[in-house]
Amino acid sequence: MTGAELTGLAVLLPLAGFLLNGLLGAKLRSEALSGIAGSGAVAGSFCVACTCFVQLLGLPPGARTIDVPFFPWIAAGGLHADVAFQVDQLSVVMMLIVTGVGFLIHVYSIGYMHGDPGFARFFAYLNLFIVAMLILILADNFLLMFLGWEGVGLCSYLLIGFWYDRKFEKGTTADAAKKAFVVNRIGDFGFLVGMFLIFVTFGSLRFQTVFSQAAALQVGAPVATLITLALFLGATGKSAQIPLFVWLPDAMAGPTPVSALIHAATMVTAGVYMVARCSVLYALAPASMAVVAVVGAATALMAATIGLVQNDIKKVLAYSTISQLGYMFLALGVGAFSAGIFHVMTHAFFKALLFLGSGAVIHAMHDEQDIRRMGGLRSALPVTFWTFLAGTLAIAGIPPLAGFFSKDEILWNAFARGSWVLWLAGVAGAGLTALYMFRLVALVFTGEPRWEKGTHPHEAPPAMTVPLLVLALLSAIGGFAGLPESLGGSNAFERWLEPVFAPAAEKMALVGFPGAFTEYLLMAVSVAVALAGTFLAYAWYTKRTDVPGALVKKFSGIYRVLLNKYYVDEVYDGTVVRPAVKIADTLLWKGVDVAVIDGIVNGLARAAQGAGDALRRVQTGVARNYILVFLTGAFLLVGWLLVR
Amino acid sequence: MDVPLSYYLCLSAILFAVGAAGVLTRRNVIVVFMCIELMLNAVNLTLVAFSAYLGSIAGQVLVLFVMAVAAAEAAVGLAIVISVYRNRQSVDIDDINILKW
Repeated sequence: MTGAELTGLAVLLPLAGFLLNGLLGAKLRSEALSGIAGSGAVAGSFCVACTCFVQLLGLPPGARTIDVPFFPWIAAGGLHADVAFQVDQLSVVMMLIVTGVGFLIHVYSIGYMHGDPGFARFFAYLNLFIVAMLILILADNFLLMFLGWEGVGLCSYLLIGFWYDRKFEKGTTADAAKKAFVVNRIGDFGFLVGMFLIFVTFGSLRFQTVFSQAAALQVGAPVATLITLALFLGATGKSAQIPLFVWLPDAMAGPTPVSALIHAATMVTAGVYMVARCSVLYALAPASMAVVAVVGAATALMAATIGLVQNDIKKVLAYSTISQLGYMFLALGVGAFSAGIFHVMTHAFFKALLFLGSGAVIHAMHDEQDIRRMGGLRSALPVTFWTFLAGTLAIAGIPPLAGFFSKDEILWNAFARGSWVLWLAGVAGAGLTALYMFRLVALVFTGEPRWEKGTHPHEAPPAMTVPLLVLALLSAIGGFAGLPESLGGSNAFERWLEPVFAPAAEKMALVGFPGAFTEYLLMAVSVAVALAGTFLAYAWYTKRTDVPGALVKKFSGIYRVLLNKYYVDEVYDGTVVRPAVKIADTLLWKGVDVAVIDGIVNGLARAAQGAGDALRRVQTGVARNYILVFLTGAFLLVGWLLVR
Repeated sequence: MDVPLSYYLCLSAILFAVGAAGVLTRRNVIVVFMCIELMLNAVNLTLVAFSAYLGSIAGQVLVLFVMAVAAAEAAVGLAIVISVYRNRQSVDIDDINILKW
């Protein structure tokens, strides 16, 4: 058996874990068994991913696409959708990220969820998520991908509302879960429309068929623009971009490992993966590419500004995630697909690390999430502090940590292939990233303790600290996989993905890249901006702690706008949610349902009742009446027969 | 000496009319019953007459069936009459109108 043939096993193992924990977990009541089964299944999937990687390494770069058919799924008319996997460079990278980071987060969860009554249920959901995510990544056609797409959405819903009896902000966690689900439905509508258009245009949903046919289209073909825009709507839903990003901050209602796995490292990058997978289609639609790039840059900048003023440790990270996803779309939009996927990988490392670190802090503070009531945790949580710092340095783009390489790659491509406006937005976002992340570090780990007396923060158990250490290591050195040529590397990551994006590259206009000097200059600028952000945060939040307060007072209007997240939720509530509820309430419920549908049904029943009421008078109960009627009828019949 | 078919049919029609008139006008259930029997037998007579006239045995067979059904009907009908009488102390057909809405 080769690696690719084992991919079925990679999906079946977590599925078995899901069934075991889901069906028997409540009976077994054994945290050790649930945890080991759940983590072990994902570890098995990771091993399969590694064998796939090794197998692909042994093949020539042009032939690194392996089809793994399992069975026909749907065959109706011209529609054929098979359950089949496509193992290539891109899916193997995603597989390694999902199963590798997923495994670490599973192990972490054993420590984090210790003592929770829903322990087995939690691991069942996590395993189901891995199943759905692997299907999404490995699918060889749009329909199977959509199955995984919906599957991860379902798991996201289940896990956001995992503590379904807890309060969250103005409602309950169930409200947050519902919001995520409904917002994702809007995106899924776009995905579906895109899929329909693809089927109508190409007569197939299989990636290889569609993309090879698409290569024959003209650049700028209207149908390609339509398809890609519809698919991008799907991506904005799943990957939390403008205008559908509002669900991700609320998704923080779920347990922290969920935020790390689903709402930072893996699921939210599904949109990026999907766009990268359809790179050929996007290359045919420069207008869509521009939309993707602009939306990405705008989201990166907007979310970063919101992240500056949030006071919930997980909210800051949530907006940071949205912002980083924006960078990924910026890369995709300017045609640097491999740079986007590179950032998916490094982001998975450092953002999972940061979320797990915040989980360790929340764990230590007994479910306290407000950073205004933290501070000085460095001495109590040394491992968490140092790993969190590594993650922060990585996300801020300080060389030589992972985030620097991937972000620099994106900014360089934004400048060279896009425009200086996109680059400027990206650089500004990078500075803000450094600022809000170091603000977080300063407020949580340094300074005077601001927590209540009687709280005794304690370092997390090894099940939690070991994944932190592994992820910190990956965040530190992960970037060297994509060391650019200008810094003496060979950009192995881009070389690896090159064959996947080659058809798209052919379609895109060749751009003359500016010289090496420009690249070094831009690199220096982005590092300088990141360092400036770091220094500002250090100065404002550890030395001159009066400055932020003064700034808030001076720019109170802007501060309020940022604190309320640009009032996007309120605007959506006013323009979409409440009118929709109103329409549903007055028109659809009381109008259509009660008046028309119920009216028809009740009317028919009432007509039948009335008719029966009238006709029952005929049945008098007097036998002779019946006989008279009967005889009259008989005579009439005979008479008619006679005179006929 | 052959009696013509029309004689039988006329007699049968008269018997049937008497029976029908009795069913419609009499109020005693027993008499109504007897009138029904009269109508049945009027039909029987028609059947036998046609059977002889046409030289076919089918009419006589049907008569036997009618007589069997009439016997069963009389048994059930009289049982109902006795049951009703025990409950209502009456066999007047106009009093027995409980079988309605």
